[in-house]
Amino acid sequence: MKDIRLMKGNEAIAEGVIRAGCDGYFGYPITPQSEVLEYLMATNTEKRTGMVTLQAESEIASIHMVYGGAGAGKRVMTSSSSPGISLMQEGISFMAGTELPCLLLNVVRGGPGLGTIQPSQSDYFQAVKGGGHGDYKMIVLAPASVQEMYDFAKLGFELAFKHRIQVMVLSDGAIGQMMEKVELDEQLPRLTDEEIVKKYPWATTGKTPDRPRNIITSLDLNPVKQEIININLQKKFKHIEETEVRFERIECDDAEYLFVAYGSSARVCQKAVQLGRARGIKVGLLRPITLFPYPVEEVAKLAKQVKGMLAIEMSAGQMVEDVRLAVNGVVPVAHYGRLGGILPAPDEVIHELEKNFINK
Amino acid sequence: MAKVKGEIVVNTERCKGCELCVPICKEKTIAMSPGLNSKGYHYATSTNEDCNGCTNCAIVCPDGAISVYRVRLD
Amino acid sequence: MDHILTRDEVTVPENLVYSRTCLLTDNALSYCPGCGHGTAHRLIMETIEEMGLQADTIGVAPVGCSVLAYDFMDIDMQQAAHGRAPAVATGIKRLYPHKTVFTYQGDGDLAAIGTGETLHACNRGENIAIFFVNNGIYGMTGGQMAPTTLPGMKTATSPFGRDTASMGFPLKMTELIAQLPGTYYVTRQAVHTPAAVRKTKKAVEKAFQYQKLNKGLCFVEIVSNCNSGWKMTPLESNKWMEENMFPYFPLGDIKLPKP
Repeated sequence: MKDIRLMKGNEAIAEGVIRAGCDGYFGYPITPQSEVLEYLMATNTEKRTGMVTLQAESEIASIHMVYGGAGAGKRVMTSSSSPGISLMQEGISFMAGTELPCLLLNVVRGGPGLGTIQPSQSDYFQAVKGGGHGDYKMIVLAPASVQEMYDFAKLGFELAFKHRIQVMVLSDGAIGQMMEKVELDEQLPRLTDEEIVKKYPWATTGKTPDRPRNIITSLDLNPVKQEIININLQKKFKHIEETEVRFERIECDDAEYLFVAYGSSARVCQKAVQLGRARGIKVGLLRPITLFPYPVEEVAKLAKQVKGMLAIEMSAGQMVEDVRLAVNGVVPVAHYGRLGGILPAPDEVIHELEKNFINK
Repeated sequence: MAKVKGEIVVNTERCKGCELCVPICKEKTIAMSPGLNSKGYHYATSTNEDCNGCTNCAIVCPDGAISVYRVRLD
Repeated sequence: MDHILTRDEVTVPENLVYSRTCLLTDNALSYCPGCGHGTAHRLIMETIEEMGLQADTIGVAPVGCSVLAYDFMDIDMQQAAHGRAPAVATGIKRLYPHKTVFTYQGDGDLAAIGTGETLHACNRGENIAIFFVNNGIYGMTGGQMAPTTLPGMKTATSPFGRDTASMGFPLKMTELIAQLPGTYYVTRQAVHTPAAVRKTKKAVEKAFQYQKLNKGLCFVEIVSNCNSGWKMTPLESNKWMEENMFPYFPLGDIKLPKP
């Protein structure tokens, strides 16, 4: 019998990490994602799977607790929302420099500054282009449903440890707070300490006589060595771009126009596609699921097929730049986005398509 | 106290010539060498036979450059 | 008078009574001649060796002069962002409760940028040890004022002496955290004389032994010198430390476990 429940997005990913064999969650309250920590505390993860759940004194402390756990080979996670994620950037850069696997969740809210608590997508650049210092990338997954919030827990940890990289689930206040049906799968066992020593020989589990000491550090005062470290990082990111792209095509096969949108905006565009088709407009939707690595080839391919693309984002236009890079001038690419935490309505979106491309 | 004989062995390359050990030695055994190590430091050296192996010099040495030997003379 | 032993006859392995612990690596210490960091490193590694904890200990290095501690300590270590070592150590200890975990931090790391992490790790009673080397200055970056810089003390960023009216007073972090119920053993020591070194060694031993009891955080401050930052010779700096640092940062146990 399938285990199906009605859950909030924030609760679904919390349940998801427990079932994915997570060892530790270190976080701090901030609307609109405090339910993650609340759910983990309420379900008493220590009793359920032995997983540690700890509320830290700040988002800064949280990310560095994650750093410590990840450096010791454990599956660890933190979650926050925009201002909190900004506080974590130095820690994320340190984990990039030490190639530490972890799962991060940003339930994006309207910015900048204290901003608002409503949903937004204005942290795209920060997540995809690197919000901390130095050349680095994270794998960024964009859930568009509560089911994906649940699924991306396990997927996130798999990708993180497969590539020794940070994986960020870039959600938003709507998906975090909405309730939907979620199908849960089986409980994966947490790795034992012995299994960690074998699987992750780089982890600081205690220097045994059979190996030299393990050091987790992003410091190298010798620029020649630091360049080599960076070159190897770039090779990893390139490999990820070639092997880990994920997206969903909705009614693209015969599309003459294309929406490009992720997360909540993609949900709105699905309705807009129906409205457009009802009016004889052959429009489709490309929904990137990985924002890094971005589906560049797919966008470039569709650019040869459609007459124009409209990027829909709850921001002043960030992902649209990656669409333009991929399209490379082959067709016009426009952008429409509501700001400050406002969700666009489907008819608004289809009207923008008509305005930009059809009854110009 | 039974008669003892001590000796110190200084790792002259590790010594940075900080001189912390010199006044610590009650027997005034240690002084800085006229010569330099490869890093250009005058290094600590034993200058008399009065060392009793008390290890005080070794335990204040920030670089752990001094090894101490002691034997009882019965 | 019987035969006088030659040097070679004395310096044979069975007569060895003191030598550098094998848990310090062969790397030359990066510290300035006479700096207390080297002594502090040695005492911690001697203790880990004597307690047989090498395979069970994970250290966390800070940002500051001892940022390269992992080049000298032959144990598994993580390098934390400036001020965040107590949080990194919390993450490790919570996930490996049976391991021995410690941080090694300077005064800027622990009492300036890392104040929050220090207070809260202590307040949560994390079962870790914090070794805090207090030399009243930022050594690595070239001698700037630190939270523990003394009133009137000249540094690169208080060139006319620390003016308490505008720059505040030296922060007594050790007394502060001793107030928190989460701390179990809190002491302030030094490493500039044989007697002081022996007391510090005892304190380090206690910190590691008590950690096994899971009774809370053990905090060992080591007041130390900074020859280049204070612009003195090593011997002068130890004398200056006794005359100026110790009155403000008195040595001794501040909090002992109730018997």
